[in-house]
Amino acid sequence: MNLSLPQAEALVLQSASGLFSLTWILIALPLFGAFLILTFGKQLKKVGPYLAILLSGASFLFGFTLFLQMLSQPETERGFLVPVYTWISSGALNVSFGLQLDQLSMAFVLLITFVGTMIHIYSLGYMEHDENRGRFFGFLNLFVAAMLLLVLADNYLLLYVGWEGVGLASYLLIGFWQKKPSAATAAKKAFVVNRVGDFGLSLAIMTMFLAFGTFTFSAVNAGIQNAQDWVALTIGLLLLLAAAGKSAQFPLQSWLLDAMEGPTPVSALIHAATMVTAGVYLIVRSATIFNASEAARNAVIIVGAISLLAGAIIGAAKEDIKKSLAGSTMSQIGFMVVAAGLGPVGYVFAILHLITHGFFKAVLFLGAGSVMHATNDNVNMRRYGGLSKLMVFTFGTFLIGYLAIIGIPPFAGFYSKEYILEAAFSHSIWVGLITLFGAGLTAFYMTRMVIWTFLTPARWEEGVHPHESPKTMTFPMIVLAFGSAVIGFALTYNHIFEHWLEPVTGFEEPEAPISITALTTIALSVVAAGVLLAIYRYRAVDRETPQNVTFLTQAARQDLFGDLANETLLMKPGQVLTRRLVAIDEKAIDGTFTGLAKAIWATSRLLRQTSTGYVRSYAAYIVGGILLIMFLLLIARL
Amino acid sequence: MSPEAYLILSAIIFSIGAMGVMLRRNAIVAFMSVELMLNAGNLAFVSASNTWGNLTGQVSAFFVMVIAACEVVIGLAIIVTIFRSRRSASVDEPSLLRW
Repeated sequence: MNLSLPQAEALVLQSASGLFSLTWILIALPLFGAFLILTFGKQLKKVGPYLAILLSGASFLFGFTLFLQMLSQPETERGFLVPVYTWISSGALNVSFGLQLDQLSMAFVLLITFVGTMIHIYSLGYMEHDENRGRFFGFLNLFVAAMLLLVLADNYLLLYVGWEGVGLASYLLIGFWQKKPSAATAAKKAFVVNRVGDFGLSLAIMTMFLAFGTFTFSAVNAGIQNAQDWVALTIGLLLLLAAAGKSAQFPLQSWLLDAMEGPTPVSALIHAATMVTAGVYLIVRSATIFNASEAARNAVIIVGAISLLAGAIIGAAKEDIKKSLAGSTMSQIGFMVVAAGLGPVGYVFAILHLITHGFFKAVLFLGAGSVMHATNDNVNMRRYGGLSKLMVFTFGTFLIGYLAIIGIPPFAGFYSKEYILEAAFSHSIWVGLITLFGAGLTAFYMTRMVIWTFLTPARWEEGVHPHESPKTMTFPMIVLAFGSAVIGFALTYNHIFEHWLEPVTGFEEPEAPISITALTTIALSVVAAGVLLAIYRYRAVDRETPQNVTFLTQAARQDLFGDLANETLLMKPGQVLTRRLVAIDEKAIDGTFTGLAKAIWATSRLLRQTSTGYVRSYAAYIVGGILLIMFLLLIARL
Repeated sequence: MSPEAYLILSAIIFSIGAMGVMLRRNAIVAFMSVELMLNAGNLAFVSASNTWGNLTGQVSAFFVMVIAACEVVIGLAIIVTIFRSRRSASVDEPSLLRW
């Protein structure tokens, strides 16, 4: 079934003028900051972090100004194309470095710069005692610049540049503590797994060139209507592969939990709020392609559903607070991916959940960082407890993030999850039930986290004296917690967010089989059941990890055998292949040349026997040669 | 006398000279054999000059004699030098330029 954008509300892209033609400044500011800090790090030791915060904040302010300007435009005239320069002009291939500022990219710009700036401020306090923090802020700015490039690009190839840029920033930041072998390995793993997704994206881009001859969003969207069926299906599946890599969805999810080796602000910014959502952005931006292929949409839903459940199960069994939150991120992005796979009925809600998730997941991660800071960088939740009175701000903001993620009204997560549930049930009962179950699981593992960290009696290690974090850390947490509280309500009041995004992605009213109030009641009861079950099961906590647990728990502790599967299916055969190839190289190829040399040596050993050193033997050779020549001459004369 | 007889004689003398170079161990004797070969060539040249009735062969014989003389000068100088350092005139002794 092909769905197409309703023509009446379709966006008309105009060439930018006035303030909008300066959109590239959004990217240039943090990029300049990264360049300055990374090149002149020594001279800027004191000022570097503040410079980074300043430029990131400036980018946000400029973005907000553009947003206000955009609001004053009529709904269908909010898209602008900003050409910057011609990048590649070679025969049939013409790619320009151009930016597309429309409602979708604007929403992302605001999210990235706002949450990014808040996390820059948090890092002032968190990385205070790290001597390399200048480099850290440089990398953070680099990340913001690359992510902005990703969402502002007007063609897939430029998007790919931003895509790789955030991958690079992620690698640099995960492996920031270079001396730790586990961190370096985790960074490599993240990069390599992402590469598989990047492979999908480059193949998709090549297919686009094959089918349309160009990469710009507008041209591809226009061309898809008349293209053959296989084009949309192939591009859709390849884009799904790319999104799965970047967003840690099945089957490319193994890197996300290891990525928690990086400093907590990195986990909050990159692996919760922004980079991992790039996959969802890609799918929604390519809405026309997915609308044209039902099989691709179904694949998206399946990938999202599997990740939703797998992430929740893994998160429920981890005792490392950051890894539990990472599993939660995988699960929440699964929600977004499922919503995006539902078609026009779900694109808006996927982005809505992306934005609310950006806020509450950042709060949760920053809170985890705060707790780690207070307990000498301990991540084991079995050694927390009793922190609710000692760390009031952390507890308060974490609690707000918790209520938001499990979906309690009026906090942000409630609105975005409700709409996704509604859209899921309008598609099919199975997708609806899976998302409902996922919501229940979310309540379950998040309650476990809150109970173990804050509400149970203290089980601290030796020498741990928890205290509240400094203001540079609590201020961003409070701001983001405030966002988690109100942004859901604010964006869905009178459906303003739907109307905002509609011209870009299209929107259809979901037709749920049961009424909204009934669905909300069921959802809230499932959430309540999850909370109560967690309270009952986890009200007492062992200081040591219990070993006699169910098979599911054991599997979840091992990431549902994700690493094991990768090793058996890919790593071991790959190692065998490389060893065989090395053996062939050494024996066959090197052997041929060595053998050739040996043959020549044997021949020369034979031939040198003629150099006897005796004058008389040389005289004999000469005479023999003369006789031979005379003999030949004689024969010729005959 | 027929010219063929002179050519056959020249060939015999040449062969004796060649055998001498290959078989005699004394350097001076080997040198004498080389002179023999050269003179055999001279004989062939002169006999040819008589056959064709012009002086080309005889002039060539002069050239060969001059060259033989130069060669003897240098060759004997080398042999005397080697004799001085080795105290032996055998051509089998200096066999260092071998594999």
